[in-house]
Amino acid sequence: MSAATAVALKNVARRFVTPSGDVLSALENFDLAIAPGEFCAIVGPTGCGKSTTLGLVSGLAQPQGGSVTLFDAPVTGVDRRVGFVFQQDAVFPWRDVLGNVMAGPLFRGVPRAKAEAEARDWIARVGLTGFEHHHPHQLSGGMRKRVALAQTFINKPEVLLMDEPFSALDVQTRELMQEELLTLWTQSGAAVLFVTHDLDEAILLADRVAVLTTRPARVKSVHTIDLPRPRNIGTLRYDERFVAIARRLSDDLRDEVLRARREAMA
Amino acid sequence: MTDATAPLATEGRIESLAERQRRRWRMIIALRIIVFVLFVGGWELGVRAGLLDSFFFGQPSAIIDKLIDWIHNGTSIGPLWKQVWVTIYEAGAGFVIGSVLGVLCGITLGRNQLLSDVFSIYIKIANSIPRIVMGSIFIVALGLGSPSKIALAVVMVFFVVFGNAFQGVREADKNLIANARILGASDWQVTRAVILPSALSWILASLHVSFGFALIGAIVGEFLGAREGMGLLIASAQGSFDSNGVFAAMIVIAVVALCAEWILTTIEKRLLTWRPEVSAAGE
Repeated sequence: MSAATAVALKNVARRFVTPSGDVLSALENFDLAIAPGEFCAIVGPTGCGKSTTLGLVSGLAQPQGGSVTLFDAPVTGVDRRVGFVFQQDAVFPWRDVLGNVMAGPLFRGVPRAKAEAEARDWIARVGLTGFEHHHPHQLSGGMRKRVALAQTFINKPEVLLMDEPFSALDVQTRELMQEELLTLWTQSGAAVLFVTHDLDEAILLADRVAVLTTRPARVKSVHTIDLPRPRNIGTLRYDERFVAIARRLSDDLRDEVLRARREAMA
Repeated sequence: MTDATAPLATEGRIESLAERQRRRWRMIIALRIIVFVLFVGGWELGVRAGLLDSFFFGQPSAIIDKLIDWIHNGTSIGPLWKQVWVTIYEAGAGFVIGSVLGVLCGITLGRNQLLSDVFSIYIKIANSIPRIVMGSIFIVALGLGSPSKIALAVVMVFFVVFGNAFQGVREADKNLIANARILGASDWQVTRAVILPSALSWILASLHVSFGFALIGAIVGEFLGAREGMGLLIASAQGSFDSNGVFAAMIVIAVVALCAEWILTTIEKRLLTWRPEVSAAGE
């Protein structure tokens, strides 16, 4: 039987102790649920704790309060069903493309020959055939992101966490990567939790967009994006339905950003 | 000027740039030779003119005579190659043992917060002891043979390599570690696949310095008390007021150190092929 939610955060709190001894609250009373196969984007003011939520779901960090569950079971550590695409380059610089893509299967005990065959398949799927033996420093930023995507998707994640994965790319490359991601996601059927500061990106990609408040972050509002799929990233942003949604979300987010700025000034 | 001549002009400029670089390189080599000739020639002439006392400062031509004499007839304490070999053996053994211990301890303590908190104070204390002085203890404890020199070389090498390995582990990119863990790596796999490769450039950098330290350890050990080795050769030359002998021994040691440096550089290049090429200026 299938679980009702792929990811659920209930009443979650995450606090840090600063070096000066103060307690800094990143998340308080945080509630969010993502259905299996759903693409959910999280937007919010800078530094509000967007990335913190991903850390909790990945099992790399633990909450101080509330519960985080994956398919209705509490998160106790790094889960094999979770994939994570990081904001910065996290591919291994000392391994070539093939070595990077087959790292996951090898860590998980897949025999080398099988891992290599799978890796070659994924390298082809992200369009990097011919670059198997290039090292990351020989690739462009967009190509390194493709390596990161192949590296993540090869593990067949059921929950995919993405932390502003395309923010360092130029506009044209970003658009290509967004289309690529939608294709890969459609094939994989994974639930996606996609953190971004780019509202347009969130609307173009997601089924639902959660707007967060300033720190400590809560979910301020959740917007359903009822744009039909498959979506064309290149033309969708000129669609009037897109513009209407963007305006609604932008107003919503601006309130929070202004409040964050006022609090920072005070 | 018409447009058609423009590309030609650019080409000419590129060629002259390459030509200029070649010329600059030739000039640098010429200047290096001039500096060498001025220094050695000045030394030789200074001694011949009576400005420098060859009793204290030696004399380049006499140093070369000494080297040739050593090679043909052996030194006062036995054949030259034997002394060189003994010193290389002691320094090499100390270098290998010291670096392996240093890397193992550095990575263990770098990966384990509790161990590093407990032992950091002792390592600081041990590191602040002038390590050369321990040579006297080793000679008393281990005798005049090789083991005491190897022990001194180990102590000289260990702290340098340990410090760098520890730092290398601490500087490992947190993102890469997180990524490896998400991809399914166990603690041991994280150490092998992320920590070791990222600490490797730190460790290799320390190996460059520490072979020199191993050599110092071996020679000072021999100096303090030994039956053979370059250190003893220097000590006996010093005992007979033979400054040319001291200089000749120094040259032999320098050649050994340069060869070791070359070997280490070759290994380093082989191991770090994944790094972006650094601009090939200089050498």
